[in-house]
Amino acid sequence: MYIIIAGGGEIGYYLAKALLDEGHEILVIEKNADRNEFICSELGSVCVRGDGCEAATLEAVGTGRADMLIAVTGDDEDNLVACQVAKHKFNVPRTIARISNPKNEAIFKKLGIDVTVSSTNVILEHIEEEVPTHPLTHLLDIRDKGLEIVEVKILPESTTVGKSVKELSLPPESVLSLIIGKGQKPRIPTADTVLQAEDRIIAVTNPESEEALRTAMRGT
Amino acid sequence: MKVVIMGCGRVGAQLAGLLDSEGHPVTILDTDAYSFRRLPPTFSGTALVGNGTDEETLKKAGIEEADAFVVVTQGDNRNVMAAQIAKHIFNVPKVICRIYDPIRRDLYNTLGIEAFSPTKIFAQMLKEKLES
Repeated sequence: MYIIIAGGGEIGYYLAKALLDEGHEILVIEKNADRNEFICSELGSVCVRGDGCEAATLEAVGTGRADMLIAVTGDDEDNLVACQVAKHKFNVPRTIARISNPKNEAIFKKLGIDVTVSSTNVILEHIEEEVPTHPLTHLLDIRDKGLEIVEVKILPESTTVGKSVKELSLPPESVLSLIIGKGQKPRIPTADTVLQAEDRIIAVTNPESEEALRTAMRGT
Repeated sequence: MKVVIMGCGRVGAQLAGLLDSEGHPVTILDTDAYSFRRLPPTFSGTALVGNGTDEETLKKAGIEEADAFVVVTQGDNRNVMAAQIAKHIFNVPKVICRIYDPIRRDLYNTLGIEAFSPTKIFAQMLKEKLES
């Protein structure tokens, strides 16, 4: 695949390195001369100096035949424009934008960017996983369906301990998929499954019902 | 006509002053409070510190009731991002945006953003002056 990376900062550099190792054709666009020289000396001549948002630069690097453009500069708006120019002027089939402000995820989606990666959200998800008291952990987004897979942990003080699944007032959009109990094999919950302390429940839900699901699973 | 202006540089401040003196309610945004010194002393509109590419800031500026949104910061990309948020998320009836780069301006025009490139307009004007 021919992949263009806009932005040769730390992320752009390591991304280029990893994708080169996978055998892809890579081109990095970077404004800064020193950074440009560094990347070329480390990775070979895979970096051109220029502005990845400018159509002239993108034209010169043959964006018309690119399979993908990944914009990873530090500025959300620059990444948006680089992706939009690639998509609408050069018909690049797939565009990916890095975003810093998590709120931009929804905005970028509405403005036609195929995929966004929010470094802030990625770090946040890891923190959720690592902090055991966190009520609900995001495991995976199923974006095209507007669903997500989450994990809810039942605490010893949860008022739902000892209750069966059918007694819970679950939001209609949420489905419990798996229960991983302490020292037990994972099992698929039925209406009669009784919740125990330390149970970890994997559920599919839509983002709007997240809060209702959490309350239903852990009590007040 | 309620107008929100993003960017209180020379152009933004001038426009805010003009509209305000004609009695239009104006809210002007800038990330730097020091920029508001450019507003005329008679300005009776609202000056708000904040970034117009942020939804919350735009809401605070009253974008939901605005009839028009004008974006004139120094950054082309910031301008088009804010313009698109106003147009596609808040459905502001009239959105006008400055894009210095003529090529980018043409692209966003085809994407439905009303954009002007002072570079192109001014160069053309200079050329006509030279030829006259």
